[in-house]
Amino acid sequence: MDKIIKILVRFYPVFLKGLGGTLWLAAATVLFGTVLGLVIAILRMSRIRVFNAAAGVYIEILRGTPILLQLYFFWLMLPKIMPFQMSDTAAILVALIINASAYISEIIRAGIAAVDPGQWEAARSLGLSETNMMRKIILPQAVKNILPALCNEFIAEVKGTSLASVFFIPELTTSYRTVQSTTFLSIQPLLIAGMIYLFVTTVLSWAVRRMERRLKASD
Amino acid sequence: MTEPIIRTVDLHKDFGDIRVLRGISVDVKPGEVVSIIGPSGSGKSTFLRCLNRLEEPTSGSILFRGEDITKTKNIAEYRQRIGMVFQNFNVFPHMTVLDNITLTPILEKKIPRAEAEDRADELLRRVGMLDKRGEYPRKLSGGQKQRLAIVRALAMDPEVMLFDEPTSALDPEMVKEVLNVIADLARSGMTILNVTHEMGFAREVSDRILFIDEGIVQEEGSPEEFFTSPRSARAIDFLSKVL
Repeated sequence: MDKIIKILVRFYPVFLKGLGGTLWLAAATVLFGTVLGLVIAILRMSRIRVFNAAAGVYIEILRGTPILLQLYFFWLMLPKIMPFQMSDTAAILVALIINASAYISEIIRAGIAAVDPGQWEAARSLGLSETNMMRKIILPQAVKNILPALCNEFIAEVKGTSLASVFFIPELTTSYRTVQSTTFLSIQPLLIAGMIYLFVTTVLSWAVRRMERRLKASD
Repeated sequence: MTEPIIRTVDLHKDFGDIRVLRGISVDVKPGEVVSIIGPSGSGKSTFLRCLNRLEEPTSGSILFRGEDITKTKNIAEYRQRIGMVFQNFNVFPHMTVLDNITLTPILEKKIPRAEAEDRADELLRRVGMLDKRGEYPRKLSGGQKQRLAIVRALAMDPEVMLFDEPTSALDPEMVKEVLNVIADLARSGMTILNVTHEMGFAREVSDRILFIDEGIVQEEGSPEEFFTSPRSARAIDFLSKVL
């Protein structure tokens, strides 16, 4: 116990910096993953068969292979095929975004599918164009279904980005590795990192539940 | 002989192996109020939903003012001229009463907002809901939601109104307020097709009754004829159960 406190006193800036890296990675992943995921979802719902099938294959591959394998793949491939110098962090971030986009596109698709069919029919019966129907009627209602799931995706990414420590990208699990290799103590820094993860995810889960309740109340 | 506003010719609709509509040919004249009645599962709602192509007919044609709308790519343009009211209201829950009404006129008919709002207010006054214009639908009763749905459709100045069991989802004490609005509309000269279980109402406001069962029009005639001396065995059987 006193070892834990000693490590904390000495290395808390390392852990804090790691936490910052974790939150930044997770936020960037979900943010850009949502943009890309929206595009994939639109393609997936398209009536044009080629788009629909291509999006389906994209989603299947990313959800059907281990994320660590995907990280290795992009970490090796991206710097090779890019015409400019690409840092490890950038390559891993791109990999995380692409991986998240597959899951997020399905979240968006499910959120849209959950809108009452009567809303589509009413919009169509009025003679709204398909674009205006999506913009004004369907998407605003789908957002209520999508938002809580997106926040849960963010919580999942807070934990998921720990895989980036394999590539020594600055984030919380990498902080653990740094402290471990400096102090030659393993269990104590691991417990510290774990407690920080648990604290952050618990607070975020609580916030999401609160938001869900408020969204329900406004129905 | 005036041209029919809606004419269907040998309309068929299959859902997989189930043949829901099996050849419906009907003419509706401008200003006519037609009630469509029949047992549940008879195809009467499907027939109504084919008229604005919420359901795609399997075969046959639908003529709106003489134009075949079964093949058109611009169905939205025709839907703007054909109002529809649903059993479950389907008002837009994330918009105020006023926005529910003005959304489509502003977006699709390019009517200036101020003008659209004036028109909405006038319609709301007609159905006794002017005081609700800023409310969200969750604050409305079922009867108010359905009156809003009617006003929302009327704001597009449709040439015909389709009602799909407009009072079936309402608590009994709210049926009357909705029927009154429809009756008013009928008196004002609107062309109406009304799928309904309200036999008394159908008898009172309709110019004609269509009795549909097993996907075909089994019998049609004036409300007087139909309710006092039905001819087909199916109609006699149906009326003996509901009256």
